Amino acid sequence: MSYLVTVGIFAAIGLLAGVLLTVASRVFEVKVDERIEKVNDALPQVNCGSCGFSGCSDYAEAIVSNGAPCDMCRPGGEMTAKKIAEIMGVEVTAAEPEVAFVRCHGDCNITPHKYEFGGVQSCAACNRFYSGSKTCTSGCLGYGDCVHACPQGAISIVDRIAKVDRSRCIGCGLCVDACPNGLIVVRRISQSVDVTCSSKDIARVTKSLCEGGCVGCRLCEKNCEQGAIHVVDNHAVIDYDKCNNCGKCADVCKIGSVMRIG
Amino acid sequence: MSYILILVGCVFVNNVVLSQFMGICAFLGVSKQIKSSVGMGGAVVFVMVCATAITYPLYKLLEHFEITYLKTVAFILVIAMFVQLVEIVMKKTMHGLYKALGVYLPLITTNCAVLGVTLGNINNDYTFLESLTNALGTGLAFTLALLLFSGVRSRIEGNDFPEAFKGVPATLIAAAIVSVSFMGFAGMM
Repeated sequence: MSYLVTVGIFAAIGLLAGVLLTVASRVFEVKVDERIEKVNDALPQVNCGSCGFSGCSDYAEAIVSNGAPCDMCRPGGEMTAKKIAEIMGVEVTAAEPEVAFVRCHGDCNITPHKYEFGGVQSCAACNRFYSGSKTCTSGCLGYGDCVHACPQGAISIVDRIAKVDRSRCIGCGLCVDACPNGLIVVRRISQSVDVTCSSKDIARVTKSLCEGGCVGCRLCEKNCEQGAIHVVDNHAVIDYDKCNNCGKCADVCKIGSVMRIG
Repeated sequence: MSYILILVGCVFVNNVVLSQFMGICAFLGVSKQIKSSVGMGGAVVFVMVCATAITYPLYKLLEHFEITYLKTVAFILVIAMFVQLVEIVMKKTMHGLYKALGVYLPLITTNCAVLGVTLGNINNDYTFLESLTNALGTGLAFTLALLLFSGVRSRIEGNDFPEAFKGVPATLIAAAIVSVSFMGFAGMM
């Protein structure tokens, strides 16, 4: 019988608390704009923060309360922007989806190693030790700091170099900050040509360090009809405002550091 | 006289945060601005006094039915209710403070200082009025610690620390030094 008393006492406390809180929540009711919840439901709930707010719910509140633009969600892309615009009753032209791209292709087959790194398996740690274990000091270190940063599991290390799975990448840009050499950039998905080397060394040095490094021969520059590709800091750089994705630069590159991607 | 002794003892000698190290989470989390630390302190004082007012007779009830081993569960239930009440009221009347406190407001529920007070009242065999005084004193002690530390923090905020000490490490070291300053009161009572 004693346990009945126990249960009874706790039920009574619970009931009293429930009644008190119900009354309080009625008396002190705060009207919340119901659109906030609707917009929050439309967002992908990845909480990546690439919109600049601290999470999906924070962004939802900013849209409804402060009139933030509807198209800032990169993981959600066009679909989400349209849904939010519908809820808010505004027109929107959604931003084109973007994907991350690693500007290095020096895998273990073409870029030799100076030493075997036995420390903490992270790019940041390895980079402090003679600028990484690979001969090239500006290339991909291959210890996967970007892999850990990726919320979608879109990056993998293949042959000691980071590869982005473009179908899974949401373009949030978290990997951009994770790379100690700043190799990763976020490009519009329609950009199908890119330079896969960021070496700032002069041609002779680059040649000696990596078989696939851009030596700045300017073949691509001469063959580009749009004038969109130029050698800057001893490697080719594409100006995407002019580039029309014809791919001629990739065809003429003898080293293979200008590539068609996608 | 005993009430004054309890009050002074709580606030200075056995300061709940700086000597007994309870409620550290909120102490570090909300002490960024003086305004929010005062708000947090007020909320904690309210919850402590109200919870004590309920838990003291509740303990007598539990004692009567010889189920005092359930006191922790019962007390947490009462504390949680009051925290919820504070949250509802604050959301309506002080929305700015509600946003500033953020997650730390519902976290008063799990603030061990609150449970510590209600359990301490029973361990020390306080009377009802002594318990209320103890709760008020502990709440004020929490507020004092928060206020002092938010002052310290506003001083160290803009300073040029070595990279490794920036942010949390600097805060923790400062908290330790503030705590040491309260050790001066130890053994006075």
